[in-house]
Amino acid sequence: MSTLSAIVLRDLKVALRAGGGAGIGVIFFLTLVTIVPFAVGPDMPLLTRIGPAILWIGALLASLLGLDRIFAADHEDGSLDQLLLSAAPLELIAAAKGLAHWLATGLPLVIVTPLLGLMLGVEPKSLFAVALTLFVGTPGVTFLGLVAAALSAALPRGGLLAAVLVLPMSIPLLIFGVVSTHVAIADGSLGAPFRFLIAISLFFLVLGPVAAAAALRHVRE
Amino acid sequence: MPLIDYANPNRFQKVAAWLIPLSGAAAVILIALGLLMGFRAPPDYQQGEMVKVMYIHVPFAWLSLAAYTLMAVSALGTIVWRHPLADVSGKAAAQMGAVFCFLCLVTGSLWGRPTWGTYWDWDPRLTSVLVLFLLYLGVLALWRAFDDPNRAGRAAAILALVGFINVPIVKFSVDWWNSIHQRSSITLGKSAIDPAMLYPLLISAVGFFALFLALYLAAMRNELLRRRARTLRILRSAEAEG
Amino acid sequence: MNFQSDGIRLTASGVSCVRGGRPLFAGLSFELAAGGAITVLGSNGAGKTSLLRMIAGLLAPAEGTIELRGGPGSVGEAAHFLGHLDAVKGALSVSENLDFARALLGGGGASNEIALTRLGLNALQDLPAHMLSAGQRRRLALARLLAAPRLIWLLDEPTAALDAAGKEVLIGMMDEHRTRGGMVVVATHLELELEDAREIFISNGRAV
Repeated sequence: MSTLSAIVLRDLKVALRAGGGAGIGVIFFLTLVTIVPFAVGPDMPLLTRIGPAILWIGALLASLLGLDRIFAADHEDGSLDQLLLSAAPLELIAAAKGLAHWLATGLPLVIVTPLLGLMLGVEPKSLFAVALTLFVGTPGVTFLGLVAAALSAALPRGGLLAAVLVLPMSIPLLIFGVVSTHVAIADGSLGAPFRFLIAISLFFLVLGPVAAAAALRHVRE
Repeated sequence: MPLIDYANPNRFQKVAAWLIPLSGAAAVILIALGLLMGFRAPPDYQQGEMVKVMYIHVPFAWLSLAAYTLMAVSALGTIVWRHPLADVSGKAAAQMGAVFCFLCLVTGSLWGRPTWGTYWDWDPRLTSVLVLFLLYLGVLALWRAFDDPNRAGRAAAILALVGFINVPIVKFSVDWWNSIHQRSSITLGKSAIDPAMLYPLLISAVGFFALFLALYLAAMRNELLRRRARTLRILRSAEAEG
Repeated sequence: MNFQSDGIRLTASGVSCVRGGRPLFAGLSFELAAGGAITVLGSNGAGKTSLLRMIAGLLAPAEGTIELRGGPGSVGEAAHFLGHLDAVKGALSVSENLDFARALLGGGGASNEIALTRLGLNALQDLPAHMLSAGQRRRLALARLLAAPRLIWLLDEPTAALDAAGKEVLIGMMDEHRTRGGMVVVATHLELELEDAREIFISNGRAV
């Protein structure tokens, strides 16, 4: 089995067998969507208007959950040293770990999005498009987060720090993601904003692992 | 041991000793001159006297961006060229850049009050500056998170470079976000600048750049002294043990 | 299986180590050939771990270079590093841990069956690794050395948590590895009986 698929599989196994698995991110997402009406009132037209925003913010925060653990857990048990000794390029190793994290944390959010969209008044015919924008955007968030995860791997309270580092740079994804969702709901199609979303996400898919590998090489003691 | 005492920093301290007061003096003169000229210019027909905040707000905005660029160049120096002063430069640029960025936001808010009626309006240019400020805070937070200044420097350098690459993307997104929400385009300073106001602006801008230079060099000097003190403390504790 | 390692040398020249602002040692040089071994001795905190990590490429030396002359790649790609931590994932079973090590570091070594039997863990193959004792985890880490063959073994206090039987197995493994052309660098603060091994002694900022 190739090195990279072994890494993805191992990380998936560890994520699913320990620490609540895929469920905890989904539960967090659901909880977040639930508390918003308590804050703004059960005003369906208002909730429908801000629905895409809530979905995106929820997905963003839930993705950042456990972001710092991507490398911290390996650092703590000595596995990170082993990853650095592999013949496979460190950038690809980082990408493999990013993929595993997205599969375990991001993808479940995407799958649950249609259900939560209904709760926020999104029309059934638009649910698929809404989920699609999150499907495209959440990998961008995860891979961007790889850098923050690598930088904070050895630090205490790394989780909060990683979120602080990632959030400003994820604003473009948020902007284009929410607007794509609005367009999807209004027109039923995905236009220019969606293309920008794809472009930015792809850019992070490359930048993230490269910067994370640099961080792992230079910043560890 | 050559590892602990850098050769370059001693040279730096010598240069800083005269360059800091010189740029400080130049700053005071130029800023005073620029502001004096500026206050003698006629008030703007639309915004009255308040527009004169522009003489400090606009240089602050330019400086925030220039400082981030300086931070990114220093970051290259740290990671790629391994220059011993590069990370010190990066930290100083981050500190001073954050301060000027914050001042830009404050003056922008004050300028916006008569224009918008509120202290904040999510104006696209100020919003971009706000996000830039968050990026600065992230770099500073990373500096504080590590005990070892060398590790901190490398971490901050990588973050600075990633952030620098992202700045155009963020600017583009924020502008796009603003346009998509079809807001009226009363942004700060959009009207063409009267030549009577341009010269004072440029002079005070140069003055503020000189001020930045003085503060940046002073910050570098402080950081070098801080590291020296830390090294001495470590050596002393090592001696006490062994 | 033997390593084709006749012309390969692990060399260090003028290596210095500074940790937390403190100089631990400077000017260290050595050359290790196929079948050779080095024991690194010194008290805790002297710099043994740092030296091993520098050889593995996990830590950059403050001065000097470490390289694999005549070898195909970097030292790290040809080395096993066994540190204080076992690099064992508790959520995976014993054999899953070993399979992963093989996928990560290269296959072609002993099968799980053989490696685990040698280290006395065969009966525990399917047990989740978090259920192992400290000594068993150590032995699982050692099984990695057999499952994924690599030229250089960098072992940091490998006998920690091992009982007498475990130590015997370890010494046997190291001897066999050297006979096959491999190299061993062991850090220990107790004496480990290795034949014909160069000793490096690190203490109080100097290495000899």
